[in-house]
Amino acid sequence: MAKTVVKDASYDINAKVRRRNQINSAIRYIVLIVVGIFMVYPLVWMIGATFKPNNEIFAGLNIFPMHPTLEGYQNAVKSYGGNINIWKALINTFTIVIPKVIFTVVSATITAYGFGRFNFVGKKLLYPIMISTLFLPQVVLNVPQYILYNKLGWIGSDLYLPLIVPSLFACDTYFIFMLVQFLHNVPHELEEAAKIDGCNVVQTLVKVVVPMLMPSIISCALFQFMWSSNDFMGPLLYVNTPAKYPASYFVKLSMDSDAGFAWNRVLATSLISIIPSIVIFFLAQDQFVEGISAGGVKG
Amino acid sequence: MKKWAKNNIGFFFIIPWLIGFLVFKLYPFGSSLVYSFTDYNLFKGIRETGLMNYLAVFEKRQYREALIITFKYAFMTVPLKLVAALFIAYILNFKLKGVNLFRTAYYIPSILGGSVAISVLWRALFKDDGLIQQMIRMLGGNPPSFMTDPNWALFIICLLRVWQFGSTMVIFLAALKGVPEDLYEAASIDGARKMKQFFSITVPLITPVIFYNLITQLVQAFQEFNGPFIITNGGPRGKTTLMSILIYNAAFQKYDMGLASAMAWVLFVILMIFTAISFWSQKHWVYYADEE
Repeated sequence: MAKTVVKDASYDINAKVRRRNQINSAIRYIVLIVVGIFMVYPLVWMIGATFKPNNEIFAGLNIFPMHPTLEGYQNAVKSYGGNINIWKALINTFTIVIPKVIFTVVSATITAYGFGRFNFVGKKLLYPIMISTLFLPQVVLNVPQYILYNKLGWIGSDLYLPLIVPSLFACDTYFIFMLVQFLHNVPHELEEAAKIDGCNVVQTLVKVVVPMLMPSIISCALFQFMWSSNDFMGPLLYVNTPAKYPASYFVKLSMDSDAGFAWNRVLATSLISIIPSIVIFFLAQDQFVEGISAGGVKG
Repeated sequence: MKKWAKNNIGFFFIIPWLIGFLVFKLYPFGSSLVYSFTDYNLFKGIRETGLMNYLAVFEKRQYREALIITFKYAFMTVPLKLVAALFIAYILNFKLKGVNLFRTAYYIPSILGGSVAISVLWRALFKDDGLIQQMIRMLGGNPPSFMTDPNWALFIICLLRVWQFGSTMVIFLAALKGVPEDLYEAASIDGARKMKQFFSITVPLITPVIFYNLITQLVQAFQEFNGPFIITNGGPRGKTTLMSILIYNAAFQKYDMGLASAMAWVLFVILMIFTAISFWSQKHWVYYADEE
């Protein structure tokens, strides 16, 4: 080892190296902390601001309220402008997101199994097509999809059909891609054993492949949960009755409806709307990290 | 028939995806190209066909400006985001104590950043007499009016995107972990300095990941909508009006589906050109281990 050689040669050099390493670490920590403050301070300030009276929010830089109040939250949960409030909006969000997550996970797993484990006529053509739709920008699809859903009578549907139905057909290609990547790392032996035991392909999928893929499937579910709860464009285009607004759209409207004085209410509404995402993130941080790393690195 | 089914059983598993692809992707994709050559209005139908939408996109100043702003947005945010993500990932890759805490802190903004709530927060930060102005005043400076100054407005929109470098960073971090340690050891015996080591060993080995991040970030940046729509609504004086906002306005305010389709296609073709250039340039800078 290089280090022992150095130590034997001269104590001075060893001390010098150690000192330089200490300085390097110190510099690294300083960079990490400074950047960290930029990343986190706005979020923490936001949490503090929701507990401040309105005249205090922009009166200083401090995070903790000097005169703590729940006024912001009291006003945030009040119903205003019709039969919608933040709780109803959150329930609407879940009405969209939960089926969407379930449908996505099921359809993406089935598709990934087909692409990842079998050869069939047309695979050489269809697999690259599937991958290329990863790069097909949604901005080209918005207008014609709207026209299509309009023809089908789905716009403003109480069941959120334009937001949910595509997930039945694995339309978020990213998840297929992610699961195919994971599937490549799962050994075939168990599936072959299952085949010898007389399992058909569907039984193999349900009893062998799905359990092995479960961590990755959970990653997909978590990402879909985050992305769909944050989705703003979808509800903006396809939901047009106030009682049906999901939280993302509701937050935008509650900001617009304010003349710019009741910031504690606006920020409290915003914060409530992302609490489910924050909770899920902290409960399943590692899955997020693993999910995004695997999708990216092997891409 | 039965034999065919047996040999191609995998095909049955991808049928749901195939239906979805044909109905929700390919058909809309194709039909929007057709619509782009018409004056299709959602309520009035088609009365005229021709190249007029495309001519308008290139001739009218409003559209040309939106294209330029979209370029500016993409070329400011993509490199900055990649550099910030790689730099921080590089530092996090040293075995420091508390790295996981920092990783979490940097990752959160990218998880929440796309939400409306964060756009609202951004407004609170950069509005007149908002937090950032207060901060600058406290330091004795004279802050600009971020939301109404045309030069600053685009900058704060860009900043929101760069602030979300966390997920790109996580991808880089995983790639850096994959660089074999013995390469570093060999290099440090040679006395190569850390910086040189970074550019001559680390960067070449992770070029495939840099490439992947570059492409995904380009595709996302060119269609950014939420930030400028919610924070500045395209203003002041149209200086944050990205193409995506013009497309939205044309399609869903004026129901001019033909014009909106044409704008989307112009944006799509530009994006394809950049993607193609990136793919073509790969052979000059992207290093794939299995090639040698």
